[in-house]
Amino acid sequence: MSKGPFKLERAGLLQLLQALKTQGYLTLGPTVREGAIVYDELHRLEDLPIGYTDHQEGGSYRLEQRGDGAMFGYNVGPHSWKRFMHPPILRLFRARQANGDLEFESEGEAAPKYAFIGVRACELQAIRVQDRVFLGGPYQDPHYKARREQVFIVAVNCTQAGHTCFCASVESGPRAQTGFDLALTEVVDGEHSYFVGEVGSEAGARLLDRVAHRAAQEAEWNQALALVDRAARQMRHLDTQGLKERLYQSLEHPRWQVVANRCLSCGNCTQVCPTCFCTSVEDHTDLAGQVAERTRRWDSCFTADFSYLHGGSVRVSTLARYRQWLTHKLASWQDQFGLLGCVGCGRCITWCPVGIDLTEEVAAMNDVQTGRFAPKEAGGAHV
Amino acid sequence: MVSLPSPIVVDPMRPRPFRVARVMRETADVVTLELEAQTGPPLRFQPGQFTMLYVFGVGEVPISISGDPQKPERLVHTIRKVGAVTEALCNLRKGAVVGVRGPFGSHWPLEQARGHDVVMVAGGIGLPPLRPAIYHLLHHRQDYGRVYLLYGARTPRDLLFPEELKRWQYTLSHAPGATPVRVTVDRAEGDWDGAVGLVTSLIAPLTIDPSRTTALMVGPEVMMRFTIAELRKRGIPEENLYLSMERNMKCAVGFCGHCQLGPHFVCRDGPVLAFPQVRDWMTRKEV
Repeated sequence: MSKGPFKLERAGLLQLLQALKTQGYLTLGPTVREGAIVYDELHRLEDLPIGYTDHQEGGSYRLEQRGDGAMFGYNVGPHSWKRFMHPPILRLFRARQANGDLEFESEGEAAPKYAFIGVRACELQAIRVQDRVFLGGPYQDPHYKARREQVFIVAVNCTQAGHTCFCASVESGPRAQTGFDLALTEVVDGEHSYFVGEVGSEAGARLLDRVAHRAAQEAEWNQALALVDRAARQMRHLDTQGLKERLYQSLEHPRWQVVANRCLSCGNCTQVCPTCFCTSVEDHTDLAGQVAERTRRWDSCFTADFSYLHGGSVRVSTLARYRQWLTHKLASWQDQFGLLGCVGCGRCITWCPVGIDLTEEVAAMNDVQTGRFAPKEAGGAHV
Repeated sequence: MVSLPSPIVVDPMRPRPFRVARVMRETADVVTLELEAQTGPPLRFQPGQFTMLYVFGVGEVPISISGDPQKPERLVHTIRKVGAVTEALCNLRKGAVVGVRGPFGSHWPLEQARGHDVVMVAGGIGLPPLRPAIYHLLHHRQDYGRVYLLYGARTPRDLLFPEELKRWQYTLSHAPGATPVRVTVDRAEGDWDGAVGLVTSLIAPLTIDPSRTTALMVGPEVMMRFTIAELRKRGIPEENLYLSMERNMKCAVGFCGHCQLGPHFVCRDGPVLAFPQVRDWMTRKEV
């Protein structure tokens, strides 16, 4: 694994894709579908969104032609890798009822062996965040773990920032630092491009040995770094200094009502977020009533049912639900998992139907000094 | 490619089958189930912990364990009908099989409370989660000072464990003539000649050593907030006040996110939490 920076031509990238397939990986990466760049199976390099870029704003996402042949000249779309490691719908167990007994079987299907191609730095951070959630506590999610252990990650650095990106503010990007097997930076020249890469693991080094490549020259390496650096300077900003304390002190800030007046409580932000992990469960039986299944599916803290206790929901208002989402992501997540729940990918801004921008909301709550956190005395509060 | 540490439980989302060994109808809408493990060891637990009970094809709910921690071979739960799953649980008969996951969560601070007076405050279905703590206090009665159980129910017909309440009046007592069990109802009926009113009204007359008192409470949040206010008036330090909180729970292991209360996962950090941990959260609306 002592390999230094390397240079890979497109032919080498194709060999890499083929080598992964030969080793039994399901190769997944960005591809264009229904007007968006999503993650799906890559059979060949032509499946990549060659020549496309994505124009993103609050509440808006448009694909455009770049006018060149870049393979990775865009940022992130509505999908994240979460959908593969923490699937939107997953069977947890099957229960069988026979002769008055009850038997439980865990999901028996072997976890798929995934290779992720084109993972951005913010998404590597999102994977680290979900690792903490599903593997870092006293309990581990065996379903997540089985997928996570096998995954092969080819990161691709961003050389341009989307208009809703802010990974530099939360120090998750734009350069992939760790958590990959191989990391590439695409250097585009008209219709053509090549890649400057780094090795991040033994498995990455072994794969690279099967692919045509050569050591990168210093000038090539520096050019790649400069391209990534340019992306870092193009982004919007989230002030993370004392963020947790500021939000905890702002729980009664009037801004929550302002944003709640816009928020549709639709849950889009939670579905596109690469770290949101909440789920609910559903129980079904077959028609004979002999076999029951429990499935887990992504849930959202924006639904009324999410906080339901007998008698009603804890968070009835949109204000309370938005506040829960934002304070969880940026404040209580740090207490729970020791890091921010936000990776600065900007998806929640782009895919919000009304264009609510969390960086703007946080900034708006900065301008009022709420003073020391002074909750009401116990007993004297509401019912 | 990463190598990951091994978990303590292989699949914490898969239940184990337990057979219903005994069903006791406590009141019109409350049932106690005694369960026995079909396979594997009995389920050992700490007072205050809960399990997830699964009814075939209907669903799963978190229920506090209400039995004696020294008798784990019978896993005991006392359940009130409030929804589809609890209703299905209450309708089970002897011999039926349910799924059990757990035990989960934190427990009552019975070690820290040694040498202290102990005040337990229960509202309605809040008594069963305290019963394992009561059994513990009875098993180790000499380790504790004065013990009180303050219990409020809607009507006399809703009182749980009436025979045990009578026994505890003597067995929990610290001195002849003491009345450790004090019960009140919201609405008197029939030949009720006990107290009528809020459970919080029972706190002021207690004889306690406030700086050396630990309080354990379970009930509706509004009841617990007023209980805390009364206990604070008596001078019991905040950090000696413990609550059992309730939130929506689907997984019980910190994966599903439903039970969050500020920074806490009630399933994992709770259900038993010290008041300073939740003060800033439970005194706000819709957190």
